[in-house]
Amino acid sequence: MSGVEAARRGLVARIDPAGHPLPLSEAAPGSAGRTGFWRTHRPVLEPARCVGCYLCWLYCPEDVIEMAEGAGPRGQAVPVIDYEYCKGCGVCVDVCPTRALKLVEEPIGEG
Amino acid sequence: MEALKKPVRTIWDIPRPEQFAPGHNMCQGCAAALIMRMLMKVVGKDAIVVMGTGCVEVTTTPFPYTSWKNPWLHLAFENTAAGASGVEAALKALQRKYGVFKDRYIKVVAIAGDGGTFDIGLQSLSGMMERGHDVMYVVYDNEAYMNTGIQRSGATPLGAWTTTTPVGKRMRGEPRPKKDIIGIALAHRIPYIATANPAYPTDMMEKFRKAYETRGPSLVHVYSPCTPGWRIRNEHTIHVSRLAVQTGMWVQLEIENGKPRVTVKVPKRKPVREYLRIQGRFRHLTEEEIQKIQRMVDEYVEEINRWVGEQAIGPVVEE
Repeated sequence: MSGVEAARRGLVARIDPAGHPLPLSEAAPGSAGRTGFWRTHRPVLEPARCVGCYLCWLYCPEDVIEMAEGAGPRGQAVPVIDYEYCKGCGVCVDVCPTRALKLVEEPIGEG
Repeated sequence: MEALKKPVRTIWDIPRPEQFAPGHNMCQGCAAALIMRMLMKVVGKDAIVVMGTGCVEVTTTPFPYTSWKNPWLHLAFENTAAGASGVEAALKALQRKYGVFKDRYIKVVAIAGDGGTFDIGLQSLSGMMERGHDVMYVVYDNEAYMNTGIQRSGATPLGAWTTTTPVGKRMRGEPRPKKDIIGIALAHRIPYIATANPAYPTDMMEKFRKAYETRGPSLVHVYSPCTPGWRIRNEHTIHVSRLAVQTGMWVQLEIENGKPRVTVKVPKRKPVREYLRIQGRFRHLTEEEIQKIQRMVDEYVEEINRWVGEQAIGPVVEE
């Protein structure tokens, strides 16, 4: 074992007795808080019109869209939007080929 | 999550796990957020991100929070590439002296905006490319210093309004055309250079993957619409990006070992008017000025076609 690694192991053992390789914290969502508060309009899905093309998932700049496999009425994958962090930019609505997603005005005083 | 190994051809080749956490401070509809998300999907966890000051830097890492699941290093505008070179050299030295990371390939990914690349960081970028460090350099180009309030940079296109190139009696927006960063990189004879666009994500990710796999310096120049700075609607980010390619304002190039190739061919080009009219920063342009920009784009497209040796970008077709 080389000198550097031995020194690091001793240091790590003092900080992290559980013995993880390195006591690292991992980034979690919401470094700027709940960015859903920014929203003036929210994207709402009409599942009957969705064809499960994944384009909204692909183009979402905020990565708040998860595709639920087989959850649509015809067994297609439908987007599930995390409104906690969705900023309501409307990119998903713009790229939707079947207009299954619509921007609806956010009710005032909620959230 | 490992770095992507197989080529990205369709949407199904894109990995599902995310390496870039949501809930950051970037504007609604910011393309840079999409670019970073796609980039981190490709490079995976074995990458050290070295980031120059810019929009993405100040919005994703407000102390003490971060959106990055990778090791991340903050650097100033002028020394992004210099810092990346140092990290890469240190990794090499650790491998040689102590044998750490013997079985893993750790890549240094430098990310900077257009201000930190075209203007302030150009000298350190040149040094990095000249010395041949194994660094992947990604520049997200939103065509001005957006984070400090829309000041012009070397990447601002001809005729664009910014706060330092205002529109009035003496000045009609930016008087000079955009700097040719691809030409500068090409002059350093680095192994991989590409231009990418967020409207074509599979193409963009394939370019990121190739740049990641290149041993030696690589540069990916990514077009990144800025909704407040370009005066466009939030939802038009992808629409504007696609129009840039369809009008010939932006050409999807890939230069592997000096051999150029156009990855997204445009058989029928749209007139640039469509691209300019949708953006508030070009609202002041008169018909003559639009024609001047059209002629400039025509010349550029002709030059590209001559260079790649085929009719990659076709003539303008009015609809």
